[in-house]
Amino acid sequence: MNSIQALIVDDSAVMRKIVERAVRQAGIELSKVFEAGNGVEALAVLAENPVDLILCDINMPVMDGLEFVKQLSGVANAKQAAVVMITTEGSESHVVQAISLGAKGYIRKPFTPDQVREHIVPLLTVKA
Amino acid sequence: MKTARETSATGHHQAWAPILEVSLREVFEMMLSSELKDADRAQDGPMDMTSMVGLAGQLCGVLSIQCSQEAAKLMASKMLGIEPQQVGPELCDAFGEICNMVAGNFKNKISGLGNGCILSVPTVISGNDYSLHSSADSDTLEVRMAFEGNSIVTSLRVQA
Repeated sequence: MNSIQALIVDDSAVMRKIVERAVRQAGIELSKVFEAGNGVEALAVLAENPVDLILCDINMPVMDGLEFVKQLSGVANAKQAAVVMITTEGSESHVVQAISLGAKGYIRKPFTPDQVREHIVPLLTVKA
Repeated sequence: MKTARETSATGHHQAWAPILEVSLREVFEMMLSSELKDADRAQDGPMDMTSMVGLAGQLCGVLSIQCSQEAAKLMASKMLGIEPQQVGPELCDAFGEICNMVAGNFKNKISGLGNGCILSVPTVISGNDYSLHSSADSDTLEVRMAFEGNSIVTSLRVQA
């Protein structure tokens, strides 16, 4: 698997660091990591930078994760990105909604690096 | 297993104590790589940090975690992989996220609550010169554990 560019979207700066660390511990090589605190900030990052992987929380201020994923269809720099939701909101309705909007996977907090590997690596392998 | 609505209606929230304990243990094991011990292995210290998350919907209430500032710093350091003395402004963010994950993990384990209950953003209070008054005070479930020798108290106040 080649080195990839990732965007981590979470309103908690601590969670963004933890997600990045878990991804690296899962053996996924990250050449560049962008961070955003909500959907609006994430769209601004994507206006300038293409990414291969987007890891996104659902409950966030300003623009939540579901609305952000909905808006990704019109973003050229996200066309090749695998989108995975990482959230405490584990309700079935949120999962169904996120998948129907284009998310490829779903990880519940708390999580282990093994769970991150299980959910993300197959998506990146399929792309390669 | 009774659903959240049935348990809430009968007020038998004490039956949720093992689920709350498992939810707490899982968060500490997965996110902090730390195994919680029984409360009798903890030293009593000032409980001067409190993190709270509100629950609304089929279950209304407040879940809170109390511990010393020293213990909260240790939690943040373990989450971030840094030394406790390096923990700065991220202390409240980290402590709030722990409470958020415990609340989310707990509700996802209760039948019917996954879809029927939403969580508030976490609130963190530092200091212990305060009283908490909640309309969800009718029934309180409390779990005491030891984290690296420090006492932590997790409470679920449920509005019946």
